[in-house]
Amino acid sequence: MTDNITPDEILDTKGLNCPLPILKAKKALKGMENGKILELASSDPGAVKDFEAFCRATGNTLLKSWVDDGVYMFLIERVV
Amino acid sequence: MADMDLGNAKKMTIICTKGTLDWAYPPFILATTAAAMDVEVTMFFTFYGLGLLDKELNLSVTTLGNSSMRMPMMGMQMAMPNMVGMLPGVTAGTSVMMKNLIKKKGVASIEDLREAAVLSDVRLIGCQMTIDLFEKKTEDMIEGVELGGAATWLESALQSDINLYM
Repeated sequence: MTDNITPDEILDTKGLNCPLPILKAKKALKGMENGKILELASSDPGAVKDFEAFCRATGNTLLKSWVDDGVYMFLIERVV
Repeated sequence: MADMDLGNAKKMTIICTKGTLDWAYPPFILATTAAAMDVEVTMFFTFYGLGLLDKELNLSVTTLGNSSMRMPMMGMQMAMPNMVGMLPGVTAGTSVMMKNLIKKKGVASIEDLREAAVLSDVRLIGCQMTIDLFEKKTEDMIEGVELGGAATWLESALQSDINLYM
């Protein structure tokens, strides 16, 4: 599913609504080194567009996003 | 704040004028999200918005005068007639219902969003004039609140990319 990309950190934000997945992602990314990869799960359909925008604005790389059994999944590479 | 100033960072200010449970959300959601997107945020709390800086929050929402307010109930979108909304205890009941709905839907509480704002170095300015006007006590407010007036906000607003009034 993740094309051989192994995440360094995994964050489950299922059940949380806007803007909590973004806030939690930011907190997690802040503690990660350049190049490390965060895998994030969200149940919020709005998160799809929001993580695209968040990554564009902050310079972090959205490597991949997909839907896994109704859960929105994201792979984000930390760019410092 | 000074050491956070990167010079080229985007900036935003929000004037918060309303202190009800529903209207507390837009400024805190935008402020915390902007901070997460590396925007330097200043929030200026004036008039009824100043209460959002109180240590103890007991926010309420009323259906009165809000003809577009509908709450999901038994699979329907229910409105409340103004006549009912004005009865004693109805505002408290509506507020409890709204808070339960907020919790059930995984929406953050205002307390949590405010804490997130503080932790992400959002600058919080309490309006000095409002404090004098309503005889508010600064010791009832959370730590880290700066006091200021129109000129304090303007200085910040003039350097900002986004200025919002809510």
